[in-house]
Amino acid sequence: MAQLTRRTTDLLKPFSAALSSTRLLTTTSTNPITVETSLPFTGHRIDPPSRTVETTPQELMSFFRDMALMRRMEIAADSLYKAKLIRGFCHLYDGQEAVAVGMEAAITKKDCIITAYRDHCIFIGRGGTLLQCFSELMGRKDGCSKGKGGSMHFYKKENGFYGGHGIVGAQVPLGCGLAFAQKYSKDENVTFAMYGDGAANQGQLFEALNMAALWDLPAILVCENNHYGMGTAEWRAAKSPSYYKRGDYVPGLKVDGMDAFAVKQACKFAKEHALKNGPIILEMDTYRYHGHSMSDPGSTYRTRDEISGVRQERDPVERIRKLVLSHDLATEKELKDIEKEVRKKVDEAIAQAKESPMPDPSELFTNVYVKGYGVEAFGADRKELKAVLP
Amino acid sequence: MLRIMGKKLGAPGFTALPAGLALRSYSSSAKQMTIREAINSALDEEMAADQSVFLMGEEVGEYQGAYKVSKGLLQKYGPERVVDTPITECGFTGIGVGAAFYGLRPVVEFMTFNFAMQAMDQIINSAAKTNYMSSGNISVPIVFRGPNGAAAGVGAQHSQCYAAWYGSCPGLKVLIPYSSEDARGLLKAAIRDPDPVVFLENELLYGEAFPVSAEVLDSGFCIPIGKAKIEREGKHVTITAFSKMVGFSLQAAEILAKDGIDAEVINLRSIRPLDRATINASVRKTNRLLTVEEGFPQHGVGAEICASIVEDSFGYLDAPVERITGADVPLPYAANLERMALPQVEDIVRAAKRACYRSLPIAATA
Repeated sequence: MAQLTRRTTDLLKPFSAALSSTRLLTTTSTNPITVETSLPFTGHRIDPPSRTVETTPQELMSFFRDMALMRRMEIAADSLYKAKLIRGFCHLYDGQEAVAVGMEAAITKKDCIITAYRDHCIFIGRGGTLLQCFSELMGRKDGCSKGKGGSMHFYKKENGFYGGHGIVGAQVPLGCGLAFAQKYSKDENVTFAMYGDGAANQGQLFEALNMAALWDLPAILVCENNHYGMGTAEWRAAKSPSYYKRGDYVPGLKVDGMDAFAVKQACKFAKEHALKNGPIILEMDTYRYHGHSMSDPGSTYRTRDEISGVRQERDPVERIRKLVLSHDLATEKELKDIEKEVRKKVDEAIAQAKESPMPDPSELFTNVYVKGYGVEAFGADRKELKAVLP
Repeated sequence: MLRIMGKKLGAPGFTALPAGLALRSYSSSAKQMTIREAINSALDEEMAADQSVFLMGEEVGEYQGAYKVSKGLLQKYGPERVVDTPITECGFTGIGVGAAFYGLRPVVEFMTFNFAMQAMDQIINSAAKTNYMSSGNISVPIVFRGPNGAAAGVGAQHSQCYAAWYGSCPGLKVLIPYSSEDARGLLKAAIRDPDPVVFLENELLYGEAFPVSAEVLDSGFCIPIGKAKIEREGKHVTITAFSKMVGFSLQAAEILAKDGIDAEVINLRSIRPLDRATINASVRKTNRLLTVEEGFPQHGVGAEICASIVEDSFGYLDAPVERITGADVPLPYAANLERMALPQVEDIVRAAKRACYRSLPIAATA
């Protein structure tokens, strides 16, 4: 367990359960607390940041709540998929929540995030709602993409979330393009382009990284290394699985991706670096409990012992729970109540999403273009089904 | 001499032509402009008018453009807006598309569209489909431009025509100019368009000069997307063509005229959206159709046009639809073989006569 420094005064420690109002004060308090990351950072061509991270009770509690919500959401999606309410592909993020939550804590909605297809929790972190998420997964009109995208195509441009991409690696040049545009517009913001250990070997990543470095783009490449590219372990896919070093001339940082505070510190550090010095790579050492997707049991290429071992030793939600408890910000029961509340919220969102209708048939032909010039588009039987694109 | 028909145009790209408008013909004292100058001036004006427009590609800046199309732009707009890229099409196309996601208006130049195949995933999956998949949340106002089709003796890997491939993709617009008027008007419309546009130029046409009116030279000049142009009106057979083949078709029409065949030559200008209305109206008038293209025959643009006519104007056809296309082989280098592998004026003349029942095709060998 990490060494924790306490700054809470005796005044804030409750004498009894009746003083729960005092506890409430604590959980919304913005008094600074310091925590240490579980592991030191390892730098490539850069001096790593300190292991000491500033936080507040409010932030600590929000980490717990947000990660519990994400965890519950993904588990619920698993059930919906098995009930055949979600079709096609469904790639779940449970185990990796600390990356989504830690990153959000370090940045603003004016910074951009782009990721691959394991995007549900990133979407929530960017301000997406549970209803938008579940409706999209079930292909309903209240989905964030009005049901036309599906699991891999969530977007929220107004909050700096650029998707949601199905082609492995393609999102990295796109992310460098976002950074290009931010620099072009003199925005003083950065882009986090996320990818997995599988995508880390893609040629287009190195093409984009070369240009990002040449042009000093404010691009932060974040490798979510969950150690398996679908069914292929990293050591079978990469001659060098030290993904934080793969940028060669681009500095990198290896981060414990199961520690939300390490993630937060690394992202804060990376943002400052990118705005001044151009691209940097962050390798988040993380883990997914589910298989690659709902079609993959996830146990043919790794042992159940490995999976349960990570859950025991490194679970990101448990880490925050222990921190909250050791800082006396809440009792076990209160945390369980939060989890119950979160579960209720998820269930309500699912119920509401189930009520959401499927998109109107006319939506088949909308958004093909922004401006259709009155062109005709045809259905399967062009004599039977056609539309004019506005 | 080529007879160019001028038309008065409405606001940039969006309004249909008002009915009953007078057509003007131009005297030979009209200004001449090469395609190269047309594209250069269009880029220049659009970059001046809109700060979010920028050009990126190989050699577009300091080299002044691989074909000198972007000459002078770096000096005028600086390296932030005229961006020389490394030879990494997939990477820089993705960067361009990402910049368009954010709201800039990139013009991505491919030295030829043969190299764009490296970037095909970014063009189709990232650019063309994103507005639809995001249900309108993220639009992609990008232009991909560069030379397409055969040049002279550059061999198989440098000579393919991509009109049919890009033309089949929903979410893309595909424009293909012939004249300088086309090049200026279509490129300006493309840059102003909020959707991804593939703009297919032709290397051999860059140096060719065409007369341009004062209207074409105006910085507000745009040509509507999705509208073909009837370059030469005729009564007996409709010939559809695009890019360099328009010039060949007009030459063929002059030859056919001597034999009493009055050909109507349609310059498609827009592969996607395809102007089915104009083509069908023309075939309903002439009752015969010949499609001409430089690209491979199978699943080509002519195949789509033929299908469109069969679906909508079957009863009007007096003869089977004829197609002139590139040969079904990778383009050879030897000059005589290359000539055989690409459509020539005599091929267009022969096929037009066949459509008019003036000659019989060679009997197929068993």
